[in-house]
Amino acid sequence: MTNRLIYAGLTVVGLVMLGPFIWTFLASTTEGGVVSWPLDPSLAAYGRLLDTMPFWRILINSVMVAVVSTALQVVTSAMAAYAFARLRFQGRDAVFVVYLATLMIPMQVLVVPLFIEMKTFDLVDTYAGLIAPTIASAFGVFFLRQAARQVPRELDEAAVMDGAGHIKIFAFVVLPLMRPALATFAIFAFMASWNAFLWPLVILRSPEFMTLPLGLANLHGQFTTEWDVVMAGSVVSVLPILVVYVLAQRHVIASVARTGLK
Amino acid sequence: MVLFFLAPSAVPLVLFTLVPMVGSLWVSLHEWNLIGTMRWVGLANYAALLSDGDAWRALLNTVLYIAGYLPLVYIGGLGLAVALNRVTRGRDLFRSVYFLPVITSWVVVALMWKWLLNPSEGIVNRLLALMGIEGPGWWTSEEWALPSVILASAWKDLGFVMVILLAGLQAVPRDVLEAARVDGAGAWRRFRDITFPLLTPSTFFVVVISLINGFQVFDQVYVMTGGGPAGASEVVVERVYDLTFRYGRVGDASALSWVLFLVVLIVTVVQVRLQRRWVSYD
Repeated sequence: MTNRLIYAGLTVVGLVMLGPFIWTFLASTTEGGVVSWPLDPSLAAYGRLLDTMPFWRILINSVMVAVVSTALQVVTSAMAAYAFARLRFQGRDAVFVVYLATLMIPMQVLVVPLFIEMKTFDLVDTYAGLIAPTIASAFGVFFLRQAARQVPRELDEAAVMDGAGHIKIFAFVVLPLMRPALATFAIFAFMASWNAFLWPLVILRSPEFMTLPLGLANLHGQFTTEWDVVMAGSVVSVLPILVVYVLAQRHVIASVARTGLK
Repeated sequence: MVLFFLAPSAVPLVLFTLVPMVGSLWVSLHEWNLIGTMRWVGLANYAALLSDGDAWRALLNTVLYIAGYLPLVYIGGLGLAVALNRVTRGRDLFRSVYFLPVITSWVVVALMWKWLLNPSEGIVNRLLALMGIEGPGWWTSEEWALPSVILASAWKDLGFVMVILLAGLQAVPRDVLEAARVDGAGAWRRFRDITFPLLTPSTFFVVVISLINGFQVFDQVYVMTGGGPAGASEVVVERVYDLTFRYGRVGDASALSWVLFLVVLIVTVVQVRLQRRWVSYD
C-alpha cells in the first residue's frame, strides 16, 4: 500500500522532470511553438535554425573546447597532484595553500580583469582567449592530490629499486592507479566547459567561435518571439550531452555521489 | 623536477587567477570606463556602494533567491532520496530521470522554462486556465520574475541534491535502524535520531555548495529576465556584468564583486565554524 503510494509520487516527480524536455521537443516541431491538439508536426524550425546560425560550427566548437580544456586540466592537475603528494621540497605546504586560495576566487570576481588582460594580449574573440583560463584547475589539483596520496608508497619504492625516476613513477605507477579519480574529475571538467556561459559571453564576439550556450542565448536575442526556433536550438544542444549521459550515466551519478561523501 | 610537475598548473594559475585578482583590487580603487584613463579614487567606490540602492537591491534579491531556492531543493531532494531509498525496483531509472536536468546547461534550462512560463502561451498558464485560475505574468512581472528564476533553478538542481543525499542515506547501517525498530522506535523517531544525524555531513555539503553557487547566480537570470523587469530580479553578478559592460563603471563593478566575494567567504567560514555544533562525522 505505502509502496504503491511511493511509486505514484516518484512517477509524478519523474513526469515533472521529463515534461519540460518533452514539451520543448513538441514546441520545436510546432509552427510558432504553441503546441495544441491535434499535433501538427513540422521540421521548419530546424531548417530556419540551420539557416540563421552556423550550428555545426558551434557544435564542433563546443566539443573541441570541452575536450581540449578537459585534457589540459586533467594533465596539469595530475602533475601538480603528484608533486604535492610525492615530492619533498621547501615551501610545499605554503605553495599548496596558495593553490587552495585560488580555488576560493570565483569567476565573477576575475571576469573583468581577465577580460582586460586578454585585451592586452590581443586574445579577445579567439579560441586561445576562451580556453586560457581553463588550462589549470585548483579544484582538480586538490581533488587528485587526495587520490595520489592513496596510492601505496611501497609501489613507488619498488619502482625506485628498479631505477625509475619521478617521471616514470608518475606515468607508469601512480597515474594508472588514479584512474577512477581522473575519470571523475574529467567528467566534472567536461560538464563545466560544456555548460560554461559567463566567460564565453565576455570574451567572444563572432558567431564562428561561439560555444552552444552562448550561441543559444544569442539566438534567443535574435528571435525573441519565434519560440519554435529557440526550442529547436535547445533540443539540438541538449542531444549531444544526452548521448554522453546515456552512455556514462552510472559513472556520472556515482562521481557526484562520491564528492558528497568526502 | 618540482618545476617540471608544478609549472603547467602554476603558470596558468598565476597568469589567469592571481594576476587578475590583484588587477581587480587595483581597478576597484579607480574610476574607469574600460577605454579611457584610470583615475585613482581610493576607497570611494566601496564607500559609494554603501549608499547605492541598486547594489543593495541586488544583494537583497540574491539573498531572496537563496532563501527560496535552498529550502525547495533541500526538502525536495531529501524527500526524493528517502523515497528512493525505500524502493528497489526502478530506483536507477528514477534516479537517472531526476538527474537529467543537472547535466543540461543553465542556458537551455532557462530558455525551456521561459517558454513554459510564458504568460499568455506557456503551458503552465494554459493548464492553470483550464483549472479556472488566471496565472501570473511570471518573468514579465515584477513580483514573479525572481520566483520564476527560483522555480527553474530548483527544478534543475533537485536531482543533484537528491543524489548527494541518497548516497548519504545508503551509508546508514540497516541493522541499527532495524534494532531501533525492534526497540519500538517509530518511523519519525528513527529518522530524527538515527538517519538525520548520519545525513548531516551530506546536508552540510549541500548547504555550503548551494550558498556558494547561490551568491554567484547569473546564467539563468541573464537569460530569463536580464535582471528585469525594472531590476526586480537583478542579482549581484548580473549587476556586476551590467555595471561593466553596459554602464562602463568598471571600478564600481570590481568593488561590488569584491564585496560579494567577502560575503561568500564570511558565510562559508561561519558555516565551517558552526558545523561542529550540528554535523557528526562518526
